[in-house]
Amino acid sequence: MRLAQHMAVASDQVRADCIEANEFPEWSQQYRVMAVPKVVINDRVQFEGALPERDFLSAVLRAANGGGAPA
Amino acid sequence: MPILMDRDREAVKREFEKLTGPVKVIVFSQELGSETCQQTEWLMKEVVELTDKASVEILNLILDREKAEAYGVDRVPAVVVEGAKDYGLRFFGIPAGYEFTNLIDAMVVASTGTPALSEETRAALGGLTSPVHIKVFTTPT
Repeated sequence: MRLAQHMAVASDQVRADCIEANEFPEWSQQYRVMAVPKVVINDRVQFEGALPERDFLSAVLRAANGGGAPA
Repeated sequence: MPILMDRDREAVKREFEKLTGPVKVIVFSQELGSETCQQTEWLMKEVVELTDKASVEILNLILDREKAEAYGVDRVPAVVVEGAKDYGLRFFGIPAGYEFTNLIDAMVVASTGTPALSEETRAALGGLTSPVHIKVFTTPT
């Protein structure tokens, strides 16, 4: 979560939502949240667990460029 | 009854020594919302009391619909953390437990406007030309 938040502050293009999965079961089901943290970027690129900054950035750039598949 | 324990208060106060500019938290709530709406309001009121640089505004998802739409908030409880501008920092659900640490970190980085990221990351993000919406699902424990 920390990386997402700092990226949001670094770029006007980035928004970071921290979602309490238990409190929004339908939302969690929609994104098939099985383990946390689960990160979903532009509803296309998703991964579970914490990533190093470089890999997190790669995921962000991939999503920004239309990569991944619709969640 | 206070939500934060004395130990938490002291830890947050120490973190808040890093605040440089004003930070505002906007809570979107609903009277008929879940019990956590009220708890979120209480928690945020307690948090902003720990520094003179933070303020809180409580809004209603239905009555303040235009603001909710402007902030992209469609469910409650939601917390928006704003610094010199809206950086796009949102919390859905009460920011307690593990998320509380993220909330305090969000308040600090929104206040300073200085993200702790590498030069390379900042340069790459500076080149973004389309919106990037990151959702992070977490649990309090």
